[in-house]
Amino acid sequence: MTSVLQAQALGKKYGRRWALRECTVDIPAGHVVGLVGPNGAGKTTLLKLAGGQLEPTAGGITVLGGRPAAGPAQLAKVGFVAQDTPVYAGLTVAEHLRLGARLNPRWDDALARERIARLGLAPDQRAGRLSGGQRAQLALTLGLAKRPELLILDEPVASLDPLARREFLQGLMEATVEHAFSVVLSSHLVSDLERICDFLIVLADSRVRVAGEVERLLACHHRLSGPRRDPDRLSAGQQVISARHTDRQSTYVIRTDAPIHDPAWTVTRLSLEDLVLAYMDKRIAEDRPVALEVR
Amino acid sequence: MIEFYLDSRSGVSPYLQLVQQVRQALRLGLLHEGDQLPTVKDVVAGLAINPNTVLKAYRELEHEGLVAARQGVGTFVTKTLAGDSLAAHGPLRRDLRRWLAGARKAGLDDESIEALFMTTFRTASQEDIA
Repeated sequence: MTSVLQAQALGKKYGRRWALRECTVDIPAGHVVGLVGPNGAGKTTLLKLAGGQLEPTAGGITVLGGRPAAGPAQLAKVGFVAQDTPVYAGLTVAEHLRLGARLNPRWDDALARERIARLGLAPDQRAGRLSGGQRAQLALTLGLAKRPELLILDEPVASLDPLARREFLQGLMEATVEHAFSVVLSSHLVSDLERICDFLIVLADSRVRVAGEVERLLACHHRLSGPRRDPDRLSAGQQVISARHTDRQSTYVIRTDAPIHDPAWTVTRLSLEDLVLAYMDKRIAEDRPVALEVR
Repeated sequence: MIEFYLDSRSGVSPYLQLVQQVRQALRLGLLHEGDQLPTVKDVVAGLAINPNTVLKAYRELEHEGLVAARQGVGTFVTKTLAGDSLAAHGPLRRDLRRWLAGARKAGLDDESIEALFMTTFRTASQEDIA
């Protein structure tokens, strides 16, 4: 088994509107995958399709080799932490753990208790009385103690303050070292994910704009700036991702595997954030082919 | 034991920052042969970064012969970088000061000096590669 998630021309329609369309990705196992895009881009839809909470309108999706939510075995393999830290306000921390133990065949009670103790959460505290950061940590504990092969988290840190955000991501990363599972998490802020994800999917306007290993993406994208030049005069094999011109100067973000020798260009490295923004640039997004990583 | 930090504005990839921090600690004599590097779990938990980033940095250091991983124990320093080249620093710094004085005399300001140095440095390293 080498793929955690494979989607083939996957699409989901709500009424007459496509929330996600023509989504084709193949995510190898063992990664922390960042799903990035503006609000309403289709991130939650893709995650819910992977978790089996939604049925596709078009195309197909396999998660860990099986159909999402196809049966108890498949459900046990995939953990899902939905948006806004889903815990039961009226239940205590201990009751959450008991519920987790009852509902999950692979429940790791030692892990859950150890984590709750380390976080300093009182077992008899009701979830509704916890701080936002603590609620998020409780939800993460439930997701981890399920011992999934794939943990999906939808905007897990969006509502957290910077400290709680960092502590949450520290806990998540530490757990991936201890228990070797794959992670897919979404955020509308790439800065949240920059350090932790090693595979990136950029969604915008219901479509996948780019997907691939972060390191490779950073290696093959460049910013060129220099005297004004039309895109058709760029070297063959330099795919334009975004372009800006003044009357004298041009600045391109291009994708190429070849070295850039043209001395007219000043070539600079892109940060992950620059790369994501370049793919969200609407001006040439329409005629830009979707750039998919081929394994 | 050293502690890593990450500068998100530097433009240097996180894995390379870790590699550079170990190399620098070795050069400055902060790390000695036999010292243990922080475990992957500790680095990951401390910095909230992807484990593969740390693994890659440690592999690179291992490849350079600076550290060695001992299965189930950790990663240990096997070589020191301070030493031979340290003696050469003094004379080189004197030359560089002389050069800087010349540049100032010719009317170059800080930015011009930095730009001249960096372009020359880059051209020279490119010529070395070619």
